[in-house]
Amino acid sequence: MKGGSKRRRQILIALCAAGFALLNFPLLTIWDREITLFGLPLLPVALFAIWAGLIVALALVSERSARPRRPPPRDGGGT
Amino acid sequence: MMSPALVLGASFGYLLLLFAIAAYADRRADQGRSIIDNAGVYALSWGVYCTAWTYFGSVGRAASGGVWFLPIYLGPMLAMLLAWVVLRKMVRISQTYRITSIADFIASRYGKSPLLAAVVTLITVVGMLPYIALQLKAVSAGYDVLTANAGTGREPGWWLDGTFYVALLLAAFAIIFGTRHLDQSERHEGMVAAVAFESGVKLLAFLAVGGFVTWGLFDGMADIWARAQQMPEITRLLRLDNGAGSFSHAQWFAMIVLAMLSVLLLPRQFQVMVVECVNERHIRRAAWLFPVYLLLINIFVLPIAIGGLVLFGSGVMDPETFVLSVPLYHGAGLLALVVYIGGLSAVTGMLIVETVAVSTMVCNDLVTPALLRSRRFARRSGGDLTRLLLNIRRAAILTVLLLGYLYYRIAGEAYALVSIGLISFAAVAQFAPALLGGMYWKGGTRTGALAGLTGGALVWAWTLMLPSVAKSGWIDAGFLDGPFGLTLLAPESLFGLTGLDYLTHSLFWSMLVNIGLYVGLSLARDPSPREASQAVLFVDVYETHAAEPVFWRGRARLADLRDLAGRFLGAERAQALFHEHARDMGVAPDALVADARLVDRVERQIAGAVGTASARVMVESVAQEEPLTIDNVLDILDEASQVRSYARQLEQVTSELRDANEELKSLDQLKDDFMSSVTHELRTPLTSIRALAEPDAGHARYRRCRPRRILGIILKESERLGRLVNQVLDLAKIEAGMAEWNTCDIDLRQLVADSLRATSELFREKGAEVVADLAPDLPPVQADPDRMMQVMMNLLSNAAKFVPVPGGRVDVSLSRQGDGLVVSVRDNGRGVDPAEQAVVFDKFRQVGDARDRPPSAGLGLPISREIVNNLGGEMWLESEPGQGACFAFRLPLQPEGGVDEHQGSDRG
Repeated sequence: MKGGSKRRRQILIALCAAGFALLNFPLLTIWDREITLFGLPLLPVALFAIWAGLIVALALVSERSARPRRPPPRDGGGT
Repeated sequence: MMSPALVLGASFGYLLLLFAIAAYADRRADQGRSIIDNAGVYALSWGVYCTAWTYFGSVGRAASGGVWFLPIYLGPMLAMLLAWVVLRKMVRISQTYRITSIADFIASRYGKSPLLAAVVTLITVVGMLPYIALQLKAVSAGYDVLTANAGTGREPGWWLDGTFYVALLLAAFAIIFGTRHLDQSERHEGMVAAVAFESGVKLLAFLAVGGFVTWGLFDGMADIWARAQQMPEITRLLRLDNGAGSFSHAQWFAMIVLAMLSVLLLPRQFQVMVVECVNERHIRRAAWLFPVYLLLINIFVLPIAIGGLVLFGSGVMDPETFVLSVPLYHGAGLLALVVYIGGLSAVTGMLIVETVAVSTMVCNDLVTPALLRSRRFARRSGGDLTRLLLNIRRAAILTVLLLGYLYYRIAGEAYALVSIGLISFAAVAQFAPALLGGMYWKGGTRTGALAGLTGGALVWAWTLMLPSVAKSGWIDAGFLDGPFGLTLLAPESLFGLTGLDYLTHSLFWSMLVNIGLYVGLSLARDPSPREASQAVLFVDVYETHAAEPVFWRGRARLADLRDLAGRFLGAERAQALFHEHARDMGVAPDALVADARLVDRVERQIAGAVGTASARVMVESVAQEEPLTIDNVLDILDEASQVRSYARQLEQVTSELRDANEELKSLDQLKDDFMSSVTHELRTPLTSIRALAEPDAGHARYRRCRPRRILGIILKESERLGRLVNQVLDLAKIEAGMAEWNTCDIDLRQLVADSLRATSELFREKGAEVVADLAPDLPPVQADPDRMMQVMMNLLSNAAKFVPVPGGRVDVSLSRQGDGLVVSVRDNGRGVDPAEQAVVFDKFRQVGDARDRPPSAGLGLPISREIVNNLGGEMWLESEPGQGACFAFRLPLQPEGGVDEHQGSDRG
């Protein structure tokens, strides 16, 4: 469990750094064009999409580690 | 337009509903059936982050700045990614040391300094006033829109101003539900439930108006945008530069960082996230539910803002009231009222939690310390203080709200909602270096924190707060160009620094000064013993949990401690506290000693009521303390870490013992089973021998008739008996490692063929067909030929027992697989159930129903497996019910270049 929680910490910190990069200059300027997506301006759509993506990633990390993985039951036949 | 009576009536009705919910939650809490003890409600209560700023201000900001309303919500998203790391530590620290406010947190970290607590409290009060004013402004602006009061130009006197009464009403609410218990570390369940409910209401109301604009007045979001494109100034809006030419990414970054810090450090956020946290495990789920909430409440901001601009044209209506004016002017008056109620819940939620949090600080860190020092108060010491402290807190709530109202009257008109809010954000950001630094860096000192906070706050006031007052005309506007003509000190371009907007400018300078002083002065001097000890307790809060060191040396009298606890906790709770401590220590309540642990406990309990700094002062006043030295601190830490390592060792030894005991128990059980099976198996042949040898008349005649046959049976039964005894001895010998092994190179193919010949009679009796598939030219293996013969005979006779009659078939194969030889014996009998496969190799465990199984001592398979294991191989069973069983074993080929000992002996 200890090793797992340390790893989760590192994943979260890495996610936060990735979020900072995605939501700031200069990556943000990629979306800054006069293009529409499904009839909607690209910039806000991209911002909300990145936001939703971060939420999904956070939810996956949080919920998966909420249930500690158990080792598979030992095979009783052979040994 | 609506009548004022209707709007006021609905608002009042809504507040009554809130009272009811809060009262219900408090009653449930008293019964021990909390309704806030789950991650969902916890996350909803965090929604108090979304105030009137979000509700009205975001749309206003979006109408003038496009996506620039978003950084305020993207910051919290990024902060939530770290919630499990940072927030959990804050919660753990606060709940361990009964910390109830940010002022308490910071003061406690730097040696429980009352001065530091007071400074943090002052910054908070001053910093929060604009924010509180913002809420009041929003309520009153919304009211004006609904009742069409706007633009009459007539300023009513404050006694006619509805906002004033709203402020009073909210003060009443906060007082009733925020000051029920003195001990702040007891949660305000009613308040949290009401706030979570309000978060739900404002979200639904906002989604309702968003849906109304998007699909009621337009044909979806794409339609809004299509129509907006005919207005070029709107098209330009949705670019990062707002059409201004360049993207000011410094400001974007600054706002994200500001929001990221604020979502943790605003007094109300600290209150709902840290103080009201029921279970720190809820953080994990709330950390992603809260960003979901923020995303939902923001999704319709742009459609409403742009839709409003398309419908009204720009410059006609104040975009900050679009959420109200759009439905109101398009025939949805009821919806407008609902939206107003939603806005009201955004306001009330914020005001209630904020004032409760701030009043706690004011009471614990400003008023109480002053009271405790004053001589008049000391004279009437003794007696219960709980009532007095609660009244101080109530007065503080009222005062804070009225000060907010004052700021609203003074400076409310000059700024947009969002700009006012950002002033407050920048104020609480000043706490970040001392608070976050203190959680992860042991080197921070009181002097550093004090200087950093003071310096940062002064720069903030100079560059952000005072200009806001100046712009509203209360200070000469010439102030903005620098006081007394000193342009170097111009608040919005300090030292001639230009090129930043006023917010980034202020944040940059204040943080530079703050962090610079904090780090610089902390490094200049070693931490004092008390600072060092608190640093350990904070930074290593996860580690010190098992054996908490108590940094206290001195003498105290039990009676004094009792007295002290009684004054701040009330007689009843004090009594309970001492009883609990006696129980934990394992002594009688009268036999308690006033040692360091008891003093620490009393101090902590008092801290929950009056704050850590005041609690420290009070304990100092009744106990004779020895000043801590760095050596003391090191000794105490050493002791604690020794205790911890003993505890760990003890735990380890205990668990080893427990495992060993379990193993012994199961071995013991096995032995019992074995004994009972053996005796049973021995008794059966004995019984039949005895019956045949009985000198009984009936039998005598029988014996006379068929003496030869009877003797034959007796012989056979005693052979069986002898074989069984031999098997038992054999197994015991192998298991004990005492068996003799005559290991040599053997040709396994030859051995299998021999065994088949020897058992051919068995199969012929059953009419079973034996098919052998033995690979030629195999290398020899190292094994004991007699033992291997025994194994083969066992497997074959076992197969013979289970084949059906007639139609039995047994396949015997020998092949090379990898670095070993595998022999398998497959029958076409009824097979072995998966559940039973695990136990077929156990001693005397015969698989299947007792009725239809062939008689056997049941030792053949265990012995065979022991033999194969001892030769370094393995034996297993593959079977599916109805498909027959296949027993197989594998012997390793000897490794190239030498003979080594058989490797089986290391197996259990």
